[in-house]
Amino acid sequence: MLNCKQASKLVSQSLDRPLSWTERWQLKLHLFICNACRRFAKQLKLLAAAIHLRTKIMENDQDIKLSPVVKTRILQASNKSN
Amino acid sequence: MTDNIHDWLNAHGDYLYRFALARLKDPHQAEDAVQETMLAAIKSNTFEGDSAVRTWLTGILKHKMIDLQRKQLREQPVSDLVDLDNTDTSMDDFFDQSGHWLERPLAMNMPDDTLAQKQFLSILDDCINRLPAKLKVIFMLRDVQETENEIICKELNITPTNAWVMLYRARMGLRKCLELNWT
Repeated sequence: MLNCKQASKLVSQSLDRPLSWTERWQLKLHLFICNACRRFAKQLKLLAAAIHLRTKIMENDQDIKLSPVVKTRILQASNKSN
Repeated sequence: MTDNIHDWLNAHGDYLYRFALARLKDPHQAEDAVQETMLAAIKSNTFEGDSAVRTWLTGILKHKMIDLQRKQLREQPVSDLVDLDNTDTSMDDFFDQSGHWLERPLAMNMPDDTLAQKQFLSILDDCINRLPAKLKVIFMLRDVQETENEIICKELNITPTNAWVMLYRARMGLRKCLELNWT
């Protein structure tokens, strides 16, 4: 039987690697009986959703611009390297 | 070629900067990433004209961003990089000896209205900034830039197990930080 520490570790690792059949089964069983770890799993989903939203908002924020100073710097650097 | 870079900067510079800033967080690093992308672009002859310029430049930018982060990680003190064994004492803040939660995770939801979402995301930003440097780098690479784990391990010269442990710690810390500051 997994404890919460082991279960939460598997929840996190499931985002990074495919879990083995045994791990999946053990985790499923633990989450079925453990409300705290179900909440942890939901928190990681929320974290992922928030990161996506954050990236989308920033990518589309027309107010964020490359400063003219940096543009000039890049043009100068490109002249030098040519 | 200089004409090209002028046009590219005007047409895509802001976009590339936003793309980098959203994934690197640090404005100076994002500026450097755009600069190195442009310099690499004028040197390279791989652009055939059939793929969109923006897609092509973004592809270069992604590589440059990983380069910059690898450099950033190399500048970390060695001591910061060695405590990656599996003793796992960093989880003592969250679990007791028998592996039970010290404080049970709270229910959290994404707010519905835009203003509250913005506040939530700004707390998230603060929380990411408060991560230990090496955890921040790997978290940004994996969860923000969605880089393949294989590439992360190769670029950072760490084992997959190390990567999983670090990501577990980073996510554990972040969700706790959100709990403390949002709910």
